Amino acid sequence: MPERPDRNAIEVRGVSKIFGTGESQVAALDDVSVSIRENEFFTLLGPSGCGKTTLLRLIAGFDFPTNGQILLHGDDIALLPPYKRPVNTVFQSYALFPHMTVAGNIAFGLEMLGKPKAEIEARVAAMLKLVKMEALRDRRTSQISGGQQQRVALARALAPQPKVLLLDEPLSALDYKLRKEMQIELKRLQHETGITFIFVTHDQEEALTMSDRIAVMSAGKILQVGSPRDIYDRPAERFVADFIGESNFLDAAIVSSASGRATVRLASGAELAATLPEGFQPKDRVTVVVRPEQARLVREGGAVTGILENVVYFGTDTHFHVRPDTGGEFIVRQQNSRSGDAGFARGDRIGVAIGEDAAQVLKD
Amino acid sequence: MASAAEIAEKAERDDIRNRWLLTTPAIAIIFLAGIGPLLVVVLYSFLTPGPYGDVKWEFSTGAWVGVFLQRDIFEGTLGIADAHLSIFLRSVWLSFATTILTLIFGFPTAYFIATRSEKTQALWLFLITIPFWTNLLIRTFAVQEVIRNEGLLNSFLVWSGIVSAPVQILYTDWAIALGMIYVYLPLMVLPLYASMEKLDFRLVEAGYDLYATRFKVLTRIVIPLVKPGVIAGSILVFIPSLGAYVTPRVLGGGKQMMLGNLIELQFGAGRNWPLGAALALTLTVIVTVALLFYVRYVAAPERRNG
Repeated sequence: MPERPDRNAIEVRGVSKIFGTGESQVAALDDVSVSIRENEFFTLLGPSGCGKTTLLRLIAGFDFPTNGQILLHGDDIALLPPYKRPVNTVFQSYALFPHMTVAGNIAFGLEMLGKPKAEIEARVAAMLKLVKMEALRDRRTSQISGGQQQRVALARALAPQPKVLLLDEPLSALDYKLRKEMQIELKRLQHETGITFIFVTHDQEEALTMSDRIAVMSAGKILQVGSPRDIYDRPAERFVADFIGESNFLDAAIVSSASGRATVRLASGAELAATLPEGFQPKDRVTVVVRPEQARLVREGGAVTGILENVVYFGTDTHFHVRPDTGGEFIVRQQNSRSGDAGFARGDRIGVAIGEDAAQVLKD
Repeated sequence: MASAAEIAEKAERDDIRNRWLLTTPAIAIIFLAGIGPLLVVVLYSFLTPGPYGDVKWEFSTGAWVGVFLQRDIFEGTLGIADAHLSIFLRSVWLSFATTILTLIFGFPTAYFIATRSEKTQALWLFLITIPFWTNLLIRTFAVQEVIRNEGLLNSFLVWSGIVSAPVQILYTDWAIALGMIYVYLPLMVLPLYASMEKLDFRLVEAGYDLYATRFKVLTRIVIPLVKPGVIAGSILVFIPSLGAYVTPRVLGGGKQMMLGNLIELQFGAGRNWPLGAALALTLTVIVTVALLFYVRYVAAPERRNG
């Protein structure tokens, strides 16, 4: 497999998808463009109804775009039927063929491609090994557990060696522990096969832990594309910050700005250093986001002052719910130590210290 | 005071008794209306025909001999009853053709209905069942009206100049087949629809995704999965076709008989009840053998190991 990480596996250009006709028209995708690199674990992340599954179905060929192009290694595949695209899908429901065995399911794609029998045999055996299902090769798919079905679905989709593997929320039906296992398993498979994975999920944690890059979607548009770090630490829009991780939003006004940094004044009057994206002017009224773990409770001072309303213990950390004097809510998360709690109690009058590099100015 | 074990035992006894009480009416009906008459038929087939119909209570295997052999009137020798044989063959052949053709017509119809929206599905099913509202005999005469020499179809063919003289359709095997396809098509469509409606169409998408063309999706995924419907529909069409009476009578005239007509003939004008009974049992045997064959070879679960 040629490894050319700089090359685009999939290029979506100005794609729109409109469902229905006349007055009941719904734009599931609205002029979406995105490039997915070869060999990448790319995630489409967003709430249900944001258009992520629609985009996946357009790439798979189950639906066709109303407008725009979908390029696979430079060739427009937007109007090809699914059986002519070197792209395979792992379905949310797995969609395993109930009238075939595990091995029969995995062999199906290869048989349809007209591969010689010996090659199919070898490939099925290799796939069963890859997903550690050798022992169950002759079982019916109704006789194996959900996690095993998941593995068979993966093996079936990987067997024909597609250029791109599409995964439509494949882990959502699994319980928590199995899901964690499969997340690691998926990363391993992607690494071993070198196939470009496009993964659809609404689970931000899943997206952050597994992806090379993430596209955050909402209402048929892609809001931001970037590495998990970019998306988490430098959210471009309020929606992104809100959807991924927990966020505290503060109203502020820009006091001064220089080369991507700004000083903002909060409602409380305190001034704060923040990262500043392009397109803002001094005196603009803006929203500033601060992640709960980037803030610290202090006895005195702090950019935000208020009353400690609630203390929630989470094992690894503790969440402090603060009611600022200026209204709203501010959550601070602090890691726990075994030696004792932080010493803050409900009802205490406290301050919240926000570090130099903790705040980010957002587009609304 | 009864112990817990005693109470449980009594509950179980009551349960068993209730089950018997509740199933007794059904069992009684099966015996009285199903197995009882069948035994009477078996009994009659071993008796001697009476002079004016009915039976004489004398044991005879004559009826069974008569099913397969016939005595030449002039020479008195026994030969194969080719008249019966050709009627058997015609019945089996016409029923088989009817089953295959209703399957061919019914499959796309059922697929079409199953892929409509839920509301539209109900409408289509309703339309499919409309023919049941009218008496079978009336409908069969209506078919006759369409295909007879001076009927709608022939008038049109002659008027439009496609043929110069009416085509003889009525009173041929074609007419019987057409009539039976028309009558039994809903019996094929409904079970097929019931199977297809349960079909998970995501499996169809999965098939396309794995490089299966439309034809391959049909043969490798859809047909194997709706097989129960295909089997149920085939049985529902084949069995009544084999015993069809009204359709061959009206559309086949007197000449093109099927088993049902032959049997009727023995109980009516033929005044040979034992022969009629033996023929009826022969029909039962044919149906049973056909069913066993079907279940064994056609309906056997697909064994695939890829």
